[in-house]
Amino acid sequence: MINSPGLNATLASVMRNDRGRLISALIGALGDFELAEEALSDALESALTHWARTGIPNSPTGWLLTVARRKAIDRIRRQKRFQGYTPEITHLAKMDEMDANANAPDIADQRLRLIFTCCHPALAAKTRVALTLRTLGGLSTGEIAAAFLDTEPAMGQRLSRARKKIARARIPFVTPAPDQWGERLNSVLAVIYLIFNQGYAATSGTSPTRVDLCDEAVFLARLLDQLQPAEPEIEGLLALLLTTHARRPARQNSSGATVALADQDHALWDHEMLGQGLDLLDRAIARGASGPYQIKAAISALHVGAAREAATDWHQIVLLYDALLGFEPTPVVALNRATALAEAGGLDQALQEFARLSPDLADYQPYHAACAEYLGRAGDHRASQAAYGRAIALSGNDADREFLRARRDKAAQKGSTTSREQ
Amino acid sequence: MQYMALIYTEEGKGPKPGTPEFGAFMKGYMDANEVYKRDGVLIAGDGLKGIDTATSVRIRGGKTETMDGPFAETKERLGGYYLFECEDLDAAIKYAAMIPTVAFGTIEVRPVMMPEDYGK
Repeated sequence: MINSPGLNATLASVMRNDRGRLISALIGALGDFELAEEALSDALESALTHWARTGIPNSPTGWLLTVARRKAIDRIRRQKRFQGYTPEITHLAKMDEMDANANAPDIADQRLRLIFTCCHPALAAKTRVALTLRTLGGLSTGEIAAAFLDTEPAMGQRLSRARKKIARARIPFVTPAPDQWGERLNSVLAVIYLIFNQGYAATSGTSPTRVDLCDEAVFLARLLDQLQPAEPEIEGLLALLLTTHARRPARQNSSGATVALADQDHALWDHEMLGQGLDLLDRAIARGASGPYQIKAAISALHVGAAREAATDWHQIVLLYDALLGFEPTPVVALNRATALAEAGGLDQALQEFARLSPDLADYQPYHAACAEYLGRAGDHRASQAAYGRAIALSGNDADREFLRARRDKAAQKGSTTSREQ
Repeated sequence: MQYMALIYTEEGKGPKPGTPEFGAFMKGYMDANEVYKRDGVLIAGDGLKGIDTATSVRIRGGKTETMDGPFAETKERLGGYYLFECEDLDAAIKYAAMIPTVAFGTIEVRPVMMPEDYGK
């Protein structure tokens, strides 16, 4: 007999590493997301009883796949009791027989198809994120609900509706055709980037960094890079995530407040991860096909390099934002460009840009934080203090509020000194 | 699987009859129809007369009520449809995107219920 904590730990580890592989193999065989999920959870239940009695099998993943297929046959039989003709069962039984003859079943890797299906543009953006985390990341419905400030039943319903839509509208379980590849890949990259950002800047609670979701995004980006090697935008995304994630330990001081990049203790950075990210970016750029994630990674890399050498090449960063605007002409990218422009010595031009962007970014916290900083530098202290007030009110976590309050108070002191001098 | 592509447009949008743009627009429909026939996906497709010709009917309390006008007064109106037979949603979206109205209106793609879907 194996004790149940040990057994649970083994199962959890198998699921952590192989869930995506298992579920994609099952969907490939069954052509049905819901049935695959149900059969896999049947198999897990069965593993708990059998493994406790007979010990953990040589290939736990192979065992789970074989049992899940049998469970699927049971479910199809129950559903189709009155229909007699069941080609699926014949097909599945044949696969089962083939497995029985092989020592360790060979599980064809269909995870790339699975990623593209979970990130299909016919699903809502939030649904794509949730389905990817559930299906490939193996996060529980409760964990996903918590990460997105949703209730568990609401998230459960969202996932269930998505699986139903995939089945009933027949969203295909395939990697997209070459003429669709670019657009569909963008959707996958956007989902992973969204997961990372959700983890990086959690909008509520006391800890701004949800390590789990950042790790999850890095895991997914690595998986994607492994499944589809030499794709420069995948490499660009992974490089962006790694160069950002490597700086995480230095982003908060001991009292939990956010620390600006320029003030971070570089010894706290994960230099191995940083190196991986920078190498990856070099490889991506050498392929000669630019794209938004490579540009974002290049900007991130410039910030890192500058922090090491204490001089940021802001002109280069402005140029990179110009290139990024070509791919993503959004107000947020324009704001980042204006910020870089202010740092590059174009403060007046930057302030004009801020004014132009005001209607689009009225509820965007980083917009007001940037206005506060640069209005202060231009000597307009009253407007700067007002902008700090709005930025603090719009902050979703304590670390960011603390950071902005400290800056506001420092700026207020400076402002009153300046007015006395005048 | 069968998919219905419902063609919605806002009144007054799109090329006006009699203009060269309208000619190109109609030719776009003819070209799309050729592709649908060539690929063997076309089951049916029609344009509908304007909503000023619409009548809505319902029975309430055993009495037939007719009303002048469409079911719902919305900015975007149903102006026509196609019925496609294709492999999956990706194919249906591909053919729906060839409908010229897609450039200024919206095409809603809906799978058609099959006998096994009833009761689901």
